[in-house]
Amino acid sequence: MKTKTEPPPATLEPATMPVAKIFGVGSAGVALLETVNREEFAGAGFVAVNTDATSLAGSTVALKIHLETKLLRGLGTGGDPERGRAIAEEQFATLKTACDGADVIFIVAGLGGGAGSGITPVLARAAKQTGALVLAFVTLPFACEGNRRQQQAQQSLDQLKSIADGVICLPCQKTFKLIDENTSVLDTFRITGKLLLEGVRGVWQLLTRPGLIQIHFDDLCALLRNRHSESAFAAVEASGPARSREVVEKLINHPLLDEGRVLAESDAVLVSVMGGKDLTMAEVGRVMEQINRHCERAQIIMGAVVDEAMKTLLSVTVIAAKQNGPAPAVELLAAAGPDSEEPTAARGPGRATTRCAPAGPALSPEQREQILARHGGGRGRKVVARMRQAQLPLAIISKGRFDKSEPTIHKGEDLDIPTYIRRGVALN
Amino acid sequence: MFDDSSIIVGLEIGTSKVCAVLGERSADGALNIIGLGQSRSRGVRKGEIADPTQAEEDIRNAIVEAEQMADVEIRNVYLGVTGGHIRGFNNRGVHPVVSADREISEDDVQDVIKNAKAINLPTENNVVHAIRQHFFVDGQDGVTNPVGMLGSRLEVDVHVVHGHTNRLQNAIRVVKGLQLEVDEIVFNGLASSLALLTSEQKELGALVIDIGGGTTDYVVYAGGVIRHTGVLAVGGDHISNDLAYGLKVPLSRAEKLKLEHGSALMDEKIRGQTVTITNELGLPLKSINVEHLQRIMSLRLEEVFQLVAQDLEQAGLYNYLRAGVFLCGGCARVPQIAGLAEQVLQMPVSLGQTNSISGLKSALDQPEFVTAIGLVKFGAFKTRKREGKPSLAQEIKGTLRRFLQRS
Repeated sequence: MKTKTEPPPATLEPATMPVAKIFGVGSAGVALLETVNREEFAGAGFVAVNTDATSLAGSTVALKIHLETKLLRGLGTGGDPERGRAIAEEQFATLKTACDGADVIFIVAGLGGGAGSGITPVLARAAKQTGALVLAFVTLPFACEGNRRQQQAQQSLDQLKSIADGVICLPCQKTFKLIDENTSVLDTFRITGKLLLEGVRGVWQLLTRPGLIQIHFDDLCALLRNRHSESAFAAVEASGPARSREVVEKLINHPLLDEGRVLAESDAVLVSVMGGKDLTMAEVGRVMEQINRHCERAQIIMGAVVDEAMKTLLSVTVIAAKQNGPAPAVELLAAAGPDSEEPTAARGPGRATTRCAPAGPALSPEQREQILARHGGGRGRKVVARMRQAQLPLAIISKGRFDKSEPTIHKGEDLDIPTYIRRGVALN
Repeated sequence: MFDDSSIIVGLEIGTSKVCAVLGERSADGALNIIGLGQSRSRGVRKGEIADPTQAEEDIRNAIVEAEQMADVEIRNVYLGVTGGHIRGFNNRGVHPVVSADREISEDDVQDVIKNAKAINLPTENNVVHAIRQHFFVDGQDGVTNPVGMLGSRLEVDVHVVHGHTNRLQNAIRVVKGLQLEVDEIVFNGLASSLALLTSEQKELGALVIDIGGGTTDYVVYAGGVIRHTGVLAVGGDHISNDLAYGLKVPLSRAEKLKLEHGSALMDEKIRGQTVTITNELGLPLKSINVEHLQRIMSLRLEEVFQLVAQDLEQAGLYNYLRAGVFLCGGCARVPQIAGLAEQVLQMPVSLGQTNSISGLKSALDQPEFVTAIGLVKFGAFKTRKREGKPSLAQEIKGTLRRFLQRS
């Protein structure tokens, strides 16, 4: 109840807030941390981890961990993830202490290089062993960066998926859909970085801002913990009188959600609606109704947040998790059910930790095996899913009586095709 | 028996029906509907003629029926046009007032209107309407009649509705083929709004959405003038087509299902309910899930309203509609459509009723006839303007003569 009597802009007391740490790993991760607006993440600890001294020297982050052995002679990993991993294993204890005391650990990294791909999985394991919820936000390299980096990134991603609770992966290649021909290289990287950080920020805001409908740390845990899945996320904004409609439209057309296909496939979706003081319940309702329609299979956790700084802007952040292996669906529901109906219980970090802890320590050797086992299986399944999706556009939709008349094209959409098909609403 | 000049005929060649309405203007200017003829339309798709031969036959049937009902011979018609090619936009004309005393004269007004109507259109396009909005005198807004005012710069906004010349001519040609004269072509949406709105509603700001068989025409009034028009080539035909596709039934059956079980909003009670369709012998053919039927319909109609809403937002007119939204056209018969429109548009929505027309009132106050009645009303406005008060050509000639002699 305390939160309700407080004026909205004030953040929650640290005691009721989960403790978060944000790790930037590798050159990309460290650089990304630099661009983070620290004020937005008040209360979070920042840690930069890298093997390259120059990259760390340029960082303003308070805690820097320089992973160094004689082996490297002060140079980086040379793009070899094995070296990255070797060093990280060596300094495992250091990493673990750095993770201590946090409830949520965000890992931001660019996969594909030596440090990013090598250290990230080890760091995730270290974090996991401290009992924290581990969320990794990683980028995959551009296609033009070459096959080897792609493979390294993919390998690292697979490992990460089996260790971290949630992996949000942004293939850089997909950002091409967001930029035009003339965007400079610098801008491109900035956009990718921004997108990734938006994801971090989205989750962060979910957890910290006082909400009309609050998403609690437990809800997030319930959604992501031990799901080991690859998630997609998208954050969109709109303003104006029809912002709720616009927001949904942008969301459905978001390249990172594959034109809404990801939503249809996902089985757990977390939605955060954020607006200024004028955010109405009706708007939230409208947005949710549309999203619900697109992911009928999914378990949806929603939150609505009021932030005065948003003014007339309405922003929606969606994190969609796909099932990736045998997730205990029943257990998950049981965990989520009572929690979401428990509005006032104070959630100290202690409680959250005990609640979420048991997944941790002893697992690492098994997980190693899992990695190996998953390697083939996971991929195979993915291919199957893609094939099924790919068939959709191939189906010829007869336009019936309008077959021979001039098509009604409105903003690139053929309105003669039944609306329910264009919107992907399934009958049955 | 009737004086020919006082008979006004509105002819609408719609996608689902052809409709001719006969109106008679009495001596005091009131409009009285005296005849109505309609016929199923077979040669029209999306509001435009696709088969001239069939269309001609349907038009003839409708005209003959109206003639028989009113016992007059129809020679001239006001023809309603629509189609996806029709667009509306606002254009401003500017004219400097050059006279020494800076008084705005009648000539200045004519000039500025002429300037406003000089529009760069693609060569294949033709202006259907150029409707005057407000004048601006030295930037001062909302002047309705600037003659006699002082100013140095006179501006006027006109709303221009234009369309593809050949496609407009198609309809005119078919009508002319029946030995009928086309007095004027009128955009269907404009006609509907004339039939539905009172001047008070036009002043407050209103949106008229006419969802017909093949097209959805919409017109926005604000401050007493037309501010926006638009056409979406989506209508009731699309609903039937969606149903035929989604429920896997023939088109004619889909049409019937739409009329019998259709609804714009999904009915909670209907969940899981099915109806069995039978063939002509009464044997069951197939069972149809009513929930699916209504969902398909609801989505299509929702989309139509969303597209209209988007267009209005772009035009920045959303906040001007204080009188609300009025629906007409055949699709206004769909149950709960006003509720759906209210949900999407977030403002009061009602089914439009034709007012200020006497005659076959109860028979005519149907959403399908709104356009045709509007056409008659349009005609009445035009003839009143043309003829002036005495309504006799000779009197005009007399006044002209007098005018010439004086100058």
